Amino acid sequence: MTILAQANQLLATEATVGEAVVFWLLAPLALFGGLGMVLARNAVHSALLLACTMLSLGVLYMLQEGVFIGFVQIIVYTGAIMMLFLFVIMLVGRDSSDSLVETLRGQRMAAVGLGVGLAILLGAGLARGLGAVQPAGLEAANAGGNVQGIAELLFTRYLFAFEATAALLLVAAVGALILAHVEKSAKDRKTQKDIGRARFAKGSYPGPKAGPGVFATSSSVATPALLPDGTESERSYSSVVPMRQLDPAEAAPKATEGKKGDRR
Amino acid sequence: MNPTYYLVLAAALFTIGAVGVLVRRNAIVVFMCVELMLNAANLTLVTFARINGSLEGQIIAFFVMIVAAAEVVIGLAIIMAIFRSRRSASIDDVNLLKN
Repeated sequence: MTILAQANQLLATEATVGEAVVFWLLAPLALFGGLGMVLARNAVHSALLLACTMLSLGVLYMLQEGVFIGFVQIIVYTGAIMMLFLFVIMLVGRDSSDSLVETLRGQRMAAVGLGVGLAILLGAGLARGLGAVQPAGLEAANAGGNVQGIAELLFTRYLFAFEATAALLLVAAVGALILAHVEKSAKDRKTQKDIGRARFAKGSYPGPKAGPGVFATSSSVATPALLPDGTESERSYSSVVPMRQLDPAEAAPKATEGKKGDRR
Repeated sequence: MNPTYYLVLAAALFTIGAVGVLVRRNAIVVFMCVELMLNAANLTLVTFARINGSLEGQIIAFFVMIVAAAEVVIGLAIIMAIFRSRRSASIDDVNLLKN
């Protein structure tokens, strides 16, 4: 009997040690992700670091006997919400980097000071108030399985709230559609006729532009195309590569592979 | 293991999110900081569910996630609409009501 009790105790301590190891691995990771998100200049980096924090939090939920909520965290937060964030960053915020100009003088330092104060206050208060509290544990509540326990509560006591969230999600989806929808009036739309007229209007050349170099003796991008009268075509100038004149050696026909003087 | 550690971690994450909201200018990053604060609150809910031995905390955390999902959809749509009309995702540029 005592051996059994001892074995039980050993198992319990091993479980606690395992939990501590996972916690001390994941808690710094979560903190790093949160700090990195605030400090990163690039919004995409911020989103990925936040996803890292959310993943660690999901594992911490599972560690605390909330298997269902942990998986929901990973699927809904890192899977759906963060991907939505990334979509919008790609559409909107990728190029809009944060300005370093402070609108209010000293606001940043004040914010950091307030944050440190809040952290100390919250942490010390929690640590002092709860101290080494013994958790009641969820063994009894999870006796029939975590998902079953949550389902039982969700579909009995919280049924009304659950139905209300269904309505909320529907309204949110319709609202997002309305906000993201762009109404285009009929007179703004260009018809095929208008596009054709614009193409052949005066000052617009309908044909393809002359490629640089291809009509000259060299096929370099830096060589402008020559018009039939020998002048350079301005339309072939590249906007990025500076143009240069070929010297006679470069302009002379080049020997190809094979023997010299073989050319006919 | 003492569950107070989880609560202290949640407090730290909440603080980081709050400071981020105050410091950052990009509307999307500010929004992500709000999400971090929601996540920290969820961690406290799950931890208190364990301390009290009742699943209700996890249920409330689940509802918080649902509301957060709806909030993200609407918030990002608003950010998109503002960006479309004002060509900026900075919260300092949205000062239409100023003066």
